[in-house]
Amino acid sequence: MSFFARFAQNRGALVGLVILLLMIAMAVLAPVLFPESPWRMVQRPFLPPFSQEGFLLGTDTMGRNVAAGLMHGAWVSLLIGLVSTCVALLIGVPLGAIAGYYGGLVDDALMRFTEFFQTIPNFALAIVLVAIMQPSVTSIVLAIAIVSWPPVARLVRAEFMSLRNREYVEAARLVGQSNSTIILRQILPNTLSPIIVLASLMVATAILLESALSFLGLGDPNVMSWGYMIGAARTVIRQAWWLSFFPGLAILLTVLALNLVGEGLDDALNPKLSRER
Amino acid sequence: MTDVTTETVLSIRELSIALPKGADRALAVEGVSYEVMRGEIMCVVGESGSGKSMAANAIMGLLPKGVNATQGEVLFEGQDLLALSEKQHRTLRGLKIGMIFQEPMTALNPLMRVGAQIAEVFEAHDQLTPKERQARALELLIEVGIPQPEKAIRAYPFELSGGQRQRVMIAMALALEPTLLIADEPTTALDVTTQAQILALIRDLQQRRGMAVMFITHDFGVVAEIASRVCVMRHGKIVELGDARSVLKNPQDAYTQALIAAIPSNAVPPHRDIGQVAPLLEIKRLQKVFRSRGGWFKPAREVHALNDVSLTLARGETVGIVGESGSGKSTLGRCVVRLEHPDSGELLLDGVNLSQLKGDALRRERHRVQMIFQDPYASLNPRTKVGMAIAQGPIANGTPKAAALKRAGELLDMVGLGASAVERYPHEFSGGQRQRIGIARALALDPELIVADEAVSALDVSIQAQVLELLEELKQRLSLSLLFITHDLRVAAQLCDRIVVMQHGRIIEQGSAEQIFLAPREAYTQDLLDAIPGREAPVAATA
Repeated sequence: MSFFARFAQNRGALVGLVILLLMIAMAVLAPVLFPESPWRMVQRPFLPPFSQEGFLLGTDTMGRNVAAGLMHGAWVSLLIGLVSTCVALLIGVPLGAIAGYYGGLVDDALMRFTEFFQTIPNFALAIVLVAIMQPSVTSIVLAIAIVSWPPVARLVRAEFMSLRNREYVEAARLVGQSNSTIILRQILPNTLSPIIVLASLMVATAILLESALSFLGLGDPNVMSWGYMIGAARTVIRQAWWLSFFPGLAILLTVLALNLVGEGLDDALNPKLSRER
Repeated sequence: MTDVTTETVLSIRELSIALPKGADRALAVEGVSYEVMRGEIMCVVGESGSGKSMAANAIMGLLPKGVNATQGEVLFEGQDLLALSEKQHRTLRGLKIGMIFQEPMTALNPLMRVGAQIAEVFEAHDQLTPKERQARALELLIEVGIPQPEKAIRAYPFELSGGQRQRVMIAMALALEPTLLIADEPTTALDVTTQAQILALIRDLQQRRGMAVMFITHDFGVVAEIASRVCVMRHGKIVELGDARSVLKNPQDAYTQALIAAIPSNAVPPHRDIGQVAPLLEIKRLQKVFRSRGGWFKPAREVHALNDVSLTLARGETVGIVGESGSGKSTLGRCVVRLEHPDSGELLLDGVNLSQLKGDALRRERHRVQMIFQDPYASLNPRTKVGMAIAQGPIANGTPKAAALKRAGELLDMVGLGASAVERYPHEFSGGQRQRIGIARALALDPELIVADEAVSALDVSIQAQVLELLEELKQRLSLSLLFITHDLRVAAQLCDRIVVMQHGRIIEQGSAEQIFLAPREAYTQDLLDAIPGREAPVAATA
């Protein structure tokens, strides 16, 4: 059975994948459907949704098109979510794996280093980092990655510690496999499930973190994002519900889709589950 | 145990228990009927998956979710237990029916003192005052023969040994003087000598109190030791039911015959002549001490796992290391394959000292000594295909992948699984098949020496016999040298040329298998031999 067929056996995962593809399509099609900058004021402010042709989702406090903002924002939010998670995994997984596999002094050193990051409140650190580096998409991605890798390292370390003394790992050591082969081939595949689940949640948190940063005015001033839209609509939430509702819904759907896809990936990668179904 | 009266305590009639959909068969137990009389020990025997424990769970109202009795009745003192509500069941449990489980460590609450756990039984049924409960708990502990009962009553479960914990479990089960005691594999997790003591205790208590005992086991040796009647189960059905002696001596059913024949025999192993061959493995004065770091209030603890162990193994010879848990036998095996680093001493394999090698130098020598692991479920990576699991060794040592996989197929064929197994995952195989995979993996590197650590003890008797046969055959064919570590003297006797007995990290006796069985020099060896269940029984003669 092909990988995709196994993945598709999980209905929820398929739904999640469709939603995710729709979000990506939104991001890609944004410049085509709304060639104008989403920052441009195009109509009178506070136009309710579904009231005028061409402004399906209404306009915001400054008369900007909400639909255009939503589609352009998809690109930034997805990019930041996915890239920062990848960076965080690239830092966290190797650190956790090495600490968990070797133990002893290596473990102590790496874990103290991790704790150094964990003792500073996530959000505060992210704010400081973005503020120092100047708000831009790159600096936001980096800041989010830097604050979100420690839990990955902790998780991977714990998994490695419990797996490194399994008999099949000992068997691998016995046949003369090198430490790096054992880490990559024997142990890492067996830690995938929790990593995938954590990663899909991290993408969600990253999108939310970006929202929070832009809410505080630390977003990239040149790009529209869902977080910025919600932030800007905060003061008028009672007069114009649609300003925060639609970007909020978009974030919710993306996070949900990612979780579903994560679960499906986990099932598809697990040989035991895929054959039993 | 011979004074079988006619009073029926428990009667199971035409009991069927359905498994949830998607299980390997529809009914866990199918149309089973048997009775347990007052004052007898009824042994229910079967291999794993035979449904032998299911009836006991039904009696206790402990069937897992989704598993239900669909037919028949279980009469206990005139009541149909299957028709009882959960609340009625609860009053019966403990009070009228006591139960002992397999794993005494997990069946006891680790954070509660032993005395309190026994007192809890009385509390659950609102009996006695707290003070009387403690007094009864002490009496019970004395009755089950725990050393220093005054101390044991204040102990936590982890402070007791496995056998002592099982005694506590028995004390709890007996607290309210039940008419029926159900023992589900109570000695499987214990050492032979401890097993013998616990069996004697159960038999003794049963006679003194005139209880009915339903004893569930997979071991015919235990049956021979303790049973008055036997019920042999297979695939959820009874294949044979009758008086213990007649079943053991003269089994009617083919399956029972096969099971009894599969018991490693007690017959003295034949003399095997190895002749004088240069030693392949020489272990000289090996030492290994495990230290636990002390805390503020407790001193550091030292355990001498290996104390001055010296041993030689000739090419083509099979040496059995026998001992109880904690004897250091596994540590010895792990030092030989260098999963543990010995503190001092030499491990000469064909003249090369393996004991002090490290890092890459060690990795290059690893292929010479391989290991077959105990647990066939834990020793294979669940995410690696079987073929790859076997080929990994040769690949790590420089064989091209295609050639290594082809060889893996040949090896799988050799251990009787067929080359097509290469493309499958471990979970598609049963325990015995997985153990064959483990053997193929150990052979893949053409090692000079194979260490088998309790390689068959996790398997059912009939499977165990097959795997032992395979090992014997491979040994002949490939002239393997084998270090066979086991707690079971019977198994060792079947396969080994020489037997080494270990206790507390020391070798206390070694000699040919024949000599150990016929003329053990040490008292401890004699104890081990005596503790083998069913040794004096007719089993020995038939096998």
